[in-house]
Amino acid sequence: MSELQPLWTPYGSLSPSSTAMHDRRTLAQRLHIDIPLLLGLLVLSGIGLAVLYSAGGQDMNLLTRQGIRLAVAFTAMFVLAQVSPRHLFFWTPWLYAIGIVLLVAVLAFGDVAQGAQRWIRIGPLNFQPSEMLKITVPMMVAYYLGGRALPPSFMRILVAGVLVVVPTLLIARQPDLGTALLIACSGAFVLFLGGISVRLITACAILASAGAPVMWYMMHDYQRQRVLTFLNPEQDPLGTGYHIIQSKIAIGSGGTYGKGWLNGTQSQLDFLPERSTDFVFAVFSEEFGLSGVLILIAAYLAVVFRGLFIASQAQDSYARLLAGSLVLTFFVYVFVNIGMVSGLLPVVGLPLPLLSYGGTSLVTVMAAFGILMSLHTHRRLISE
Amino acid sequence: MKPLHTIKDPAREARIVRGRVIAACFGILVLAGLLVLRMAQLQVMEYEHFSTLSENNRVKIVPLAPTRGLIYDRNGVELAQNTPTFTLEVVPENVEDMQALLAELGELVEISDEDGERFRKMLKKKRRFQSVPLRFRLNEEEVARFSVNRHRFPGADVHARLTRSYPLGASAVHLLGYVASMNEEDLQRVDAAEYRGTTHIGKTGVEQAYESLLHGKPGFQHVETNAQGRILRVLERSDPVPGNNLYLTVDSSLQAVAERALGLENGAVIAVDPATGGLLAFASTPVYDPNPFVDGIDSKSYRNLLASPERPLFNRALNGQYPPGSTVKPFMGLAGLEHEHVEADHEIFCPGWFRLPGRERRYRDWKKWGHGKVDVTRSIVESCDVYYYALAQQMGITEMHDYLALFGFGARTGIDLHGESAGLMPSEEWKRRAKGQVWFPGETLITGIGQGFTLATPLQLAMATATLSTRGVRLRPQVVLRRDDTATQSSVDLVPETMDTIAPNLETNWQVVINAMADVVHGPKGTARRIGKGATYRIAGKTGTAQVFGIAQDEEYDAEKIDKKLRDHALFVAFAPVDNPRIAVAVLVENGGSGSKTAAPIARRVMDHYFQEVLEEDDEQLILTAAEVPGLAAPQASRQ
Repeated sequence: MSELQPLWTPYGSLSPSSTAMHDRRTLAQRLHIDIPLLLGLLVLSGIGLAVLYSAGGQDMNLLTRQGIRLAVAFTAMFVLAQVSPRHLFFWTPWLYAIGIVLLVAVLAFGDVAQGAQRWIRIGPLNFQPSEMLKITVPMMVAYYLGGRALPPSFMRILVAGVLVVVPTLLIARQPDLGTALLIACSGAFVLFLGGISVRLITACAILASAGAPVMWYMMHDYQRQRVLTFLNPEQDPLGTGYHIIQSKIAIGSGGTYGKGWLNGTQSQLDFLPERSTDFVFAVFSEEFGLSGVLILIAAYLAVVFRGLFIASQAQDSYARLLAGSLVLTFFVYVFVNIGMVSGLLPVVGLPLPLLSYGGTSLVTVMAAFGILMSLHTHRRLISE
Repeated sequence: MKPLHTIKDPAREARIVRGRVIAACFGILVLAGLLVLRMAQLQVMEYEHFSTLSENNRVKIVPLAPTRGLIYDRNGVELAQNTPTFTLEVVPENVEDMQALLAELGELVEISDEDGERFRKMLKKKRRFQSVPLRFRLNEEEVARFSVNRHRFPGADVHARLTRSYPLGASAVHLLGYVASMNEEDLQRVDAAEYRGTTHIGKTGVEQAYESLLHGKPGFQHVETNAQGRILRVLERSDPVPGNNLYLTVDSSLQAVAERALGLENGAVIAVDPATGGLLAFASTPVYDPNPFVDGIDSKSYRNLLASPERPLFNRALNGQYPPGSTVKPFMGLAGLEHEHVEADHEIFCPGWFRLPGRERRYRDWKKWGHGKVDVTRSIVESCDVYYYALAQQMGITEMHDYLALFGFGARTGIDLHGESAGLMPSEEWKRRAKGQVWFPGETLITGIGQGFTLATPLQLAMATATLSTRGVRLRPQVVLRRDDTATQSSVDLVPETMDTIAPNLETNWQVVINAMADVVHGPKGTARRIGKGATYRIAGKTGTAQVFGIAQDEEYDAEKIDKKLRDHALFVAFAPVDNPRIAVAVLVENGGSGSKTAAPIARRVMDHYFQEVLEEDDEQLILTAAEVPGLAAPQASRQ
């Protein structure tokens, strides 16, 4: 464990800063809110509610529940934004360790839902530890690499690899391949941002493609089915392929300007499965067309670029690596979901952040943005 | 290790990360571009293709609701069936002017205000593409009138569907129950996949208790529809599996006789086959017609049912809890004999009242001048209260409670219907817990004659009587004789379930009590001797009269003077034939006055019908020979 201790910490000790200066910060800074980021997230949430109203068959109850979830998620973001990076940094290894323990606990005695063990009950709360790991894994890798000199040596890359692979395998065992891959991605992003050499990245890419057959062997039947269906959806038009076929019809028939809000026949007539959750993008595309899609993608890109700007502006490597990794993972969510719904990628059960109906991943996404805001607004005074 | 790996150089590190962030930005732009290109491909280049697919060819999966299992009586008389009915439905999307449409439709078929109101409510909940029912149960004339004018109403159509109906109407409604539209609660309780396409669910009675068997499994249909959602072609179909057909243990003719015998009284009749625990009749009056509930009873009629002082919706057989009164005396007498508090020929003197030692209060007998010298047989035959005051005082409440509990008093019978009431057999512990009071000796006395806190349902009384008739075999009451799984062509028959067996201390004790019960009906002084006249089989019975309100110490009960609502409940329990019991009956008539005058004749009518009409020929022979044996035959092994 001593190897994991940072050789250098950007925040000194946890004792409160003795610097007391005249407060020249704006209200947003004092509340630790990044206005452009917040605006982007609010716009996306607003679009999300509007699409959900249509996708859910104009069910006000559904909308209210999602509204409550959004409120909870935004609160989580706001609360996390108040936590100073010093504390985040200090608690990183502990949070990571707790996350691993919980993952083991889930495998040992978690609740089985739909054939997968993902949930653990703590008192009245149903808790999904894999969601927590989505944030603590990049935190831990950033803690490890950022606390040392960059770019990392080969040995450190290996150690970082272990830090990522252990939770990834534990989650893949649940089995939840989508989340496992996302977590592996978030760890890999830290390494990428930390400056590992291009040669190493190429080598890894080659290794990964060589490892594909091994993956195939390890997959569950339903996962294999999804890949097969992706390669040829028409072979099973009423089974697994139905999702993709109907989704493509929905998107394609939307045309340039869409069929109009609440008028998407594919979604309103029940042709499109899971239209409130994973396939909500198809509803959006059908009703708002390519023009709407361009605006939506632009909104996502605005959030992503603002996030990357925050990452590049951060004052130490830990903050930079963490912020960068969280934002890139967010983009992966968006890319994979839209890719899957439009038939570019196989169907993996990933929601579209801020648009899909559902609570757990929403809170995680907003918690990540809370951390981003914290990293951006708790600037040390010496640099001002 | 190279030195540049160990020495922190903040400026260099910032540069590295920034470089990578910029690289990532390019990557993101490329991937986002890929998405945009893909969307442009689908939405612009292939728009025509997908638009056509969307417009013309729509493959839709339509759930097919299973046909609900039918319910028959034991002889195959249909009690619940599915009849095709016609519903007028409207697809809002295809209607330009809803007000005008409703007005025009109103000229062809009758649309009540209730219909209109329900339609407007559902309109808000459903999507514009979905069909909303406007009028249920169109008659043939209305269907014909609409069909001729159909071209005028593009958004409206008549749909045929199967609706549950109960051909015997109100008869046996408290046993059968009914189905009605599923509400939010139902939807949350059931497995959504199993109930896709199903609109109705069993709400009470057998329909509720056997919901899982009656329901069946849904099927699916892949259909092609046009842009309006109208089905053009069925591509593939997997048929639903119909629910099981149930044959109930009740005999519908016996049920009808029981209900007719109760007439306008509020009450209950339970008849049970002591050999199997199968219920032969399950009547609770007044009855009501379940048919209007199926498609949603209008609120005015429902309010009337709820507000009626006769409380027709109340299931008296299952949930009515009444003081059992003197009907507990055979059980009490048996307890006294079996626990050796009394011997069969032991006599006490009944002066017409009983007093606890050292107390003033007199506990009165129903016979003002007393019965004189009374043994256990006479105590049952003439229903002497004083005998049981004395016996109760001797036994104490705990022993009484424990012995009566053996017959099922104070506990649910375990019948295969939902929501059964447990009645109440009081004990010291119960009183401490429920009332926070100690048990008083006077309460022991009145418990001995089935008054005080004691409560029993008609079902419990019938089952306790059946247990007595079989000399101690307590069976679980059941209402389903056979269930046929039409899909697998298999059927399951009723299996009698023994809940408990009471081991007799001395067989003759039981015989003494049963003989006394036979004398209640056939003896010259029996309280129910009137119904013994002309009976072709021997009946063992016991009358009961349960006080509804207390009479002051020196007041007299005069049925003529008091309000009907405050009159005593009339009870009668019986089984027959005495030595080979084929039926056990409990009759309760609310405020019926006296058990012998009101309740016992009802039991006789039910039994007469059972022996003369229901039982098969060979069975009848057997009964008549048993009845022809002069006097009382030696106890035969009648535990089946």
